[in-house]
Amino acid sequence: MTALLARLPRLPERLGRSLGPLVFLLPMLLVFGLFSWWPIVRSFVMSVQQTNMVTPATYVGLDNFRAVLDDPLLTTAVQNTAWFAVLALVIGYPVPLILAVVMSDVRRARGLYSLLAYLPVVVPPAVAVLLWRFFYDAEPTGVFNTILGWFGLGPVPWLEDASWAMPSLVLEATWAAAGGTVIIYLAALVSVPPELYDAAEADGAGILAKVWHVTLPHLRSIMLITLILQIIGTSQVFLEPYLFTDGGPDNATLTVLLLVYNYAFANTTGGDYGKATALSLMLAAALALMSVVYFRVTRSWSE
Amino acid sequence: MSTLVQHTPDVQPEPEPELSGPLPRRRRRRRAAGETRTITSAFERRRPGVRIGRTIVNGGLLVFLLIACLGPILWLAKSAITPTQDTLRYPLALWPHGTDWENLRTAWVEIDLKLYFWNTVVIAIGSWAVQMLVAVTGGYALAILRPRGSRILYGLVLATMFVPAVVLLVPLYLTVLDLPFTHWNLVNTYWGAFLPAGASAFNVALVKRFFDNLPREVIDAARVDGCGDFRLFWHIVLPMSRPVLGVVSVFAVLAAWKDFVWPLVVLPDPAKQPLSVRLPRLAAVTELDVVLAALLISCALPIAFFLVFQRLFLRGGLEGAVKG
Repeated sequence: MTALLARLPRLPERLGRSLGPLVFLLPMLLVFGLFSWWPIVRSFVMSVQQTNMVTPATYVGLDNFRAVLDDPLLTTAVQNTAWFAVLALVIGYPVPLILAVVMSDVRRARGLYSLLAYLPVVVPPAVAVLLWRFFYDAEPTGVFNTILGWFGLGPVPWLEDASWAMPSLVLEATWAAAGGTVIIYLAALVSVPPELYDAAEADGAGILAKVWHVTLPHLRSIMLITLILQIIGTSQVFLEPYLFTDGGPDNATLTVLLLVYNYAFANTTGGDYGKATALSLMLAAALALMSVVYFRVTRSWSE
Repeated sequence: MSTLVQHTPDVQPEPEPELSGPLPRRRRRRRAAGETRTITSAFERRRPGVRIGRTIVNGGLLVFLLIACLGPILWLAKSAITPTQDTLRYPLALWPHGTDWENLRTAWVEIDLKLYFWNTVVIAIGSWAVQMLVAVTGGYALAILRPRGSRILYGLVLATMFVPAVVLLVPLYLTVLDLPFTHWNLVNTYWGAFLPAGASAFNVALVKRFFDNLPREVIDAARVDGCGDFRLFWHIVLPMSRPVLGVVSVFAVLAAWKDFVWPLVVLPDPAKQPLSVRLPRLAAVTELDVVLAALLISCALPIAFFLVFQRLFLRGGLEGAVKG
């Protein structure tokens, strides 16, 4: 008892010392705990439960996964999402690379170039989609169709035709996102060792040869990262199909994440949180698997 | 939840002892000194063929960027003050029958855009505050105080970067609907919009890496002088951290302004929704010229914000994150 009393005065001091770090960690622990770690754990639990938030959750094993796999819309959604990702690679991947390489060699007013390239990135995506939805007016007097008309082309049924809808979505998504990637490449291009260009010139390399043998190899590791990040990002596309076409016409732009959203939140079919989580997890697993394979395959290329 | 690659800058403290100076200075200095060479050499640029080629390519790129990136926004600004019939019939003509400034007022007052505008401002400020608090205190504890287990904790924070946002949408919604322990329902409250924004591993990593690179001598000297955790944080570390605080801030505000999916899910009450969520519904029931005016108002602030803080947005790169 006396020993305990003797220790008492030192207690606040020791408490104070260990309290400091804890106080500073607390916001992070609370916010990550509640809004990141717990939902991650919970998604695994929910995927094997029947949950509608009204009646208590019941364990249903793999029923949710089976229900998702039995949904005839799943194949459509997976195909559309893959198609979006492929189109975004074909249309969207080279654009920022070409812009950045040309911009890096601009001597005057380079700041203006990057300012312009980044401008679409700061436009809120919902605003951009609503604006482009008007540009995509299928009438001959629509904005894009008027411009095509000057060259004797069109009119194009941008969003109203099942085969045109997806490329239209990709075109807008590329416009909205390319600037961010341009800035990444430009920052990487600052660090190209000047000696490499000097050496290439000494070997008689022209401008295009220097781009091919010096500039692009320098960007290789960044390009590999932006490639997989873009694939992961486009696999989760939601906003464009939701706001442009709501999955139409004829489910031609129904993507996996739109299906997740419809399972959980749509007015008529919504409320099936277990099924929504099961599909989210399947998509996440597919992306994780793809990333692992990707990094395995490309590991030797990035050196 | 961005569709393509999102760029996050890497900020490091300046190597000079003068640590609190504004960051852009270094950049300007480098460029002023700068015979930094790029793909073409000075010799090549003097050759007439190359000179003409470069003029065409660079001029063409500038024209392309002006049309493709600035063009849609200028068109929006034009059409926001044009009567609907003119916009529909002659979309690319410049005010064939005069302007209609009334659109902006109609959008602001009559379709109540001001309400959604201020909602967005509230969400942006709240998300910014939560993100700052979490990133700065967490980064400080992980980089400077380093209590036992902080490496594992940092690993757990970084691990969340590899979880695609899609996995979290539904479980996060159910968590916010019925918070663990307290059973609070944050749906239709702004806390439901602010708090999850704070769980950004990018922010924590950015701030921690910055604090890691602060000069250790300054911190040790303050410790020797008897500086406690709180005073060290407030009087030594924060004043040296203006660059990283600036970067986290501008990206937090812009991300909150752009966000769509999460507020759509967590704020079903129209009176609480931000512009992004409300605009598509308004667009369906409002006359076109007023819709376009509303779109212009909705992107005016982020664009102005970008123009003011452009240096912070345009200096970033992935390279630190990749090589580090």
